[in-house]
Amino acid sequence: MSGAPAAPQPGSAEPTVAADDLQLLLIPPRPRTGWRVLTTRVIAMCVVELQKLRHDRTELYTRAVQPALWLLVFGETFTRIKAIPTGGTPYIDYLAPGIIAQSAMFIAIFYGIMIIWERDAGILTKLLVTPTPRAALIAGKAFAAGVKALLQAVVVILIAALLGVAMTWNPLRLLGVAVAVILGSAFFSCLSMTIAGIVLTRDRLMGIGQAITMPLFFASNALYPVAVMPGWLRAISTFNPLSYQVDALRGLLLGTPSHLLLDYAVLVAAAAAGIAAASSLLGRLAR
Amino acid sequence: MTREDPGRTVPPTGPEAPPDTAPGGGPAPPRAPEGDALSCHGLRYAFGETRAVDGVDLAVRPGEVFGLLGPNGAGKTTAIRCITTLLPVPAGMVRVFGHDAARERMAVRRLLGYVPQQLSADAGLTGRENVALFARVFDVPRRERAARVDQALRAVHLTDAANRLAKTYSGGMIRRLELAQALVSAPRLLMLDEPTIGLDPIARTSVWEHINAVRAATGMTVLVTTHYMDEAEQYCDRVALMHRGRIRALGTPAELRSALRTRWARAASGDSAPSPLPTTPAPSSDAEPTLEDVFRDVAGTGLDEQSGDFRDVRSTRRTAARVG
Ligand SMILES: Nc1ncnc2c1ncn2[C@@H]1O[C@H](COP(=O)(O)OP(=O)(O)O)[C@@H](O)[C@H]1O
Ligand SMILES: [Mg+2]
Repeated sequence: MSGAPAAPQPGSAEPTVAADDLQLLLIPPRPRTGWRVLTTRVIAMCVVELQKLRHDRTELYTRAVQPALWLLVFGETFTRIKAIPTGGTPYIDYLAPGIIAQSAMFIAIFYGIMIIWERDAGILTKLLVTPTPRAALIAGKAFAAGVKALLQAVVVILIAALLGVAMTWNPLRLLGVAVAVILGSAFFSCLSMTIAGIVLTRDRLMGIGQAITMPLFFASNALYPVAVMPGWLRAISTFNPLSYQVDALRGLLLGTPSHLLLDYAVLVAAAAAGIAAASSLLGRLAR
Repeated sequence: MTREDPGRTVPPTGPEAPPDTAPGGGPAPPRAPEGDALSCHGLRYAFGETRAVDGVDLAVRPGEVFGLLGPNGAGKTTAIRCITTLLPVPAGMVRVFGHDAARERMAVRRLLGYVPQQLSADAGLTGRENVALFARVFDVPRRERAARVDQALRAVHLTDAANRLAKTYSGGMIRRLELAQALVSAPRLLMLDEPTIGLDPIARTSVWEHINAVRAATGMTVLVTTHYMDEAEQYCDRVALMHRGRIRALGTPAELRSALRTRWARAASGDSAPSPLPTTPAPSSDAEPTLEDVFRDVAGTGLDEQSGDFRDVRSTRRTAARVG
């Protein structure tokens, strides 16, 4: 038995398409080459991300709850206690860039789970059969994560401003903030896509994702300065790109002393390494 | 089981399809690989111990609708994934319009339109956005993107639903949307993996009719896999019957059926030249064999005896769940 027979077809219902109506579908588009391939793929992925956000913004709002609580409860309380040496800045101000970086990281870490979901749904499979080099596909996903994280950062910055955090509104500095957020998110999304390429299943990745996000957050200067950390934690923080992202955000938004050049160098290098690692493992997800 | 129209022996072909093959049955004669839309020679692929594809030879001619038939687990999807460059080609040779799938991946991908077995449209995007994404990643220039996306949507009759989110689509509409996604880059070879799996009979007919209409209008070559023998019989110019990773028979449905009829007649007349295959006895001497019978004859088993493994059941369920 070869299954239910296809329904009898009424001969007149045959969908017809006039050939001149499909002219363009006969002409293959001219291939782009070199860097243009990378940029068009990155733009394509970012456009998809924006389109999805336009259709459904709930995630943007629900994900704003946690950072709001951090700032409101943790920030306000510790500002009053004055337990953390921040060099004169109110603690809530000191905390705000850390929370921006944290919420961006949480979004980016989710990307590995999304790529596995897209693999299971056949979406990734189909993209892998397009003339898109794997590195370009991963770079596209990484910057799409950056775009989404950036929108989240805007929400958090607005919340912080409402809570009275005194931040800069200098457009050049804000541009620097945007770049730091995008680069950091690119790294963290690649980190999780790399782990996705290793563990291959959503359940395992979800566990690992939860297991690493808080340690990454605590082992950084997001909540407290490196100076007050015990030696071992300070060592970890040195290798944590989140620390460099927070340092840059703090320097730009609050004007506190920072190491912008080093921060950006580390973020660029981390993002590039992440893209390389994740794209080398992407083939495992295709099998 | 389908009783086919006894009067129809020539499969329906589009206006631009090549003239039908010479009668005689059996595999296509060897040709220059450049002349074929797709050629596979000695293609093998194993998942660990499982030899999913175990030495496949086939040639798909430009402009034809070629059906790769076989039960779940026969290796159809694995073969397709090797051809589409999703899997490497560890042994053998795959060429798409003369381009080596192992070494010229980008060139091959530009020639392919691929619709995988699962329903794979992005539910969080509208129909139009789903198609536009593929226009972008296939380098369609901005100035002709909208027009091209419109044409692809019109070809599958989704213009009216184009601005709705794909998650509101029925299973058949998603399949048509995927067809539009594949068409937007003007592929020369359309690869459809079980395009009608999990669809109701009306949606199945509609999907097939759109495949046929597009093929007729564009002259594209179509490689389609299915485990529904009746569909293959009705819509494919030529078919290959696949079982346990190998092609067991290849030809037009009419050729395969008439070859079996001859074997039955010979068996009935007592002319028992020892057959290498266990020829199934004919129910009655004048019965018209179906492709299903041909499959039983060449594979030594019916389709239903070979049930799919767990992976297939799972992915079919997932598809069914998404179709709702
Ligand atoms: N990713 C995989 N890992 C391990 N085994 C697989 C995988 N994909 C397919 N197989 C096995 O390969 C064989 C052929 O599967 P498949 O190509 O999906 O068949 P079909 O598409 O004809 O149903 C089956 O036995 C299946 O279990
Ligand atoms: Mg299959």
